[in-house]
Amino acid sequence: MSVRKSEARAGVLFASPWLLGFLVFLAAPLVASVYYSFCEFSVLKPPIFIGLDNYRDMIHDPILWTTLYNTAYFTIPALFFGTFASIAMALLLNAKVKGQAFYRTFFYLPSLVPPVASAMLWMWMFNGENGLINIALAKLGGWACWVLELVHIKPPTWLVDIGPAWLSDPLWSKPALILMSLWGAGNAMVIYLASLQDVPTELVEACELDGANFWGKLWNVTIPMISPVILFNSIMLLIGSLQKFTDVYILFPQGAPAQSTYFYIPYLFDNAFVYHKFGYACAMGWFLFVIILVLTLVTLKISEKRVYYGGD
Amino acid sequence: MGIHVVLVALSIVFLIPLVWMISTSLKPIELTMTKPPVWIPPHALWHNYPDAFNYGSSKLGYIPFLLYSRNTILLCILVVTGTVASNAVVAYSFARLRWPGRDLAFAVTLATMMVPFPVLMVPLFTLFTHLGWVGSYKPLWVPAWFGAAFNIFLLRQFFKSLPFELSEAAKIDGCSEWQIFVDIILPLAKPALAVVALFSFLGTWNDFLGPLIYLMDQKSFTLSQGLQFYQSQAGGTQWNLLMAASTIVIAPIIVLFFFTQRLFIQGIALTGLKG
Repeated sequence: MSVRKSEARAGVLFASPWLLGFLVFLAAPLVASVYYSFCEFSVLKPPIFIGLDNYRDMIHDPILWTTLYNTAYFTIPALFFGTFASIAMALLLNAKVKGQAFYRTFFYLPSLVPPVASAMLWMWMFNGENGLINIALAKLGGWACWVLELVHIKPPTWLVDIGPAWLSDPLWSKPALILMSLWGAGNAMVIYLASLQDVPTELVEACELDGANFWGKLWNVTIPMISPVILFNSIMLLIGSLQKFTDVYILFPQGAPAQSTYFYIPYLFDNAFVYHKFGYACAMGWFLFVIILVLTLVTLKISEKRVYYGGD
Repeated sequence: MGIHVVLVALSIVFLIPLVWMISTSLKPIELTMTKPPVWIPPHALWHNYPDAFNYGSSKLGYIPFLLYSRNTILLCILVVTGTVASNAVVAYSFARLRWPGRDLAFAVTLATMMVPFPVLMVPLFTLFTHLGWVGSYKPLWVPAWFGAAFNIFLLRQFFKSLPFELSEAAKIDGCSEWQIFVDIILPLAKPALAVVALFSFLGTWNDFLGPLIYLMDQKSFTLSQGLQFYQSQAGGTQWNLLMAASTIVIAPIIVLFFFTQRLFIQGIALTGLKG
């Protein structure tokens, strides 16, 4: 009896930092956030209850919808290409060839680069004038022009001057961001690699005996076996992309050029800490929470019949 | 054979930006803009690195990078220590001690992982304003000492996997729960604790949003914030110095990675697969 009691006392005592932290840094702010979202509230003045006004304002806020559009415009291709690329890379790295330890390190290193440093690095790479990417494109374009001229075709003007201004061109700024995100796909890749190593070899061998080729094995065994991981990674990538902040905030103050890269969280941040519209920022936060919740549930629902959870 | 070609080609694609960064960081500014590009500068300007540390200290726009390094390291130490200590204690309670309401509390803990940070951004800011902490490091490290759902979850999994007979035997020998935790369980949990420490270090080193919200005085800024200055100062960007500064920010992470590679990969796989 007393043993039980002393264990319970120790248990509560050990858990107390979190129980306290949960109340102070999570539960109370959560409740406050809901309340603030129904208030007009800036730094100095106390919050004034205004009902649903913040949410109504959101519907009529063109910038909010622009940022949401931009975020989706980035997230959908980033999710698609990111998933495809990280699975493909994991498959390559799982092949039994020499030097894999080195390749794995090389593929993974970029994802270690802090977001601020990676923003700086790519600002330099994408520089319209002296950036490495445009220098390479100009070289390729030059060769293409030379080949066309050999066969007496006048090269089109876009080919002569092929490098776009990337980050300062509204049309190319988001594709540039997607390229950047692919460069840092190493994290998901490592998770896929670990899951590939868990695929039972008997299954693959059985498939081989049945005469399946590489694609047959991939489609009928490997992908189904790692499908729970694909689901997990996709949801994580989705949530992460929707909450993109650091690199876009640094690369594109106020979403320049022409708000083409104004993302949702940077706009929320500006509302809170630049315009001091605290209530509105909270309402935006909850709107994002609902979006994430719905998208996650939809993804789970869609995947229900397609994800294989093993025998257990 | 074919697969080697693909692997080598992709490795080059992944490494080129980093190689180009280092190459740029060792050039004089004129040489950063030549066409065709120079990959290996004839004379490596190593003094770009000390220059990046003392950037413009005599001119306008002083960026005290050494001070920022010190600030960042200090913050990392406070956060990592707090994260490891608090999450270990709390996770131990959830994993190996029985108390009323424990399972409910754990379920609630898991549910909080769903809450996106932006929802909490404003109320936390007002909370820290009331406490008078805005402008200090406290908002950035004090919460780390109270545990975080994900780390609790991770460590709990690990603690549960250790044999319960160990605790029983120690209890018969008259050990208190605290002694069991410190003397028996913690030494066995080193790999899991190292993973938590590693990722909390990375998170703090890379954090930009937190310092952006809470640090007001330029002297208290972290490296992430400092790096941003190179670009905004004085019109024409000094790309060579900016790349030297970026290298300085990236290098510790890369070095850490090479020393703890196995732990890193295990950690990512663990956080990803058991999630």
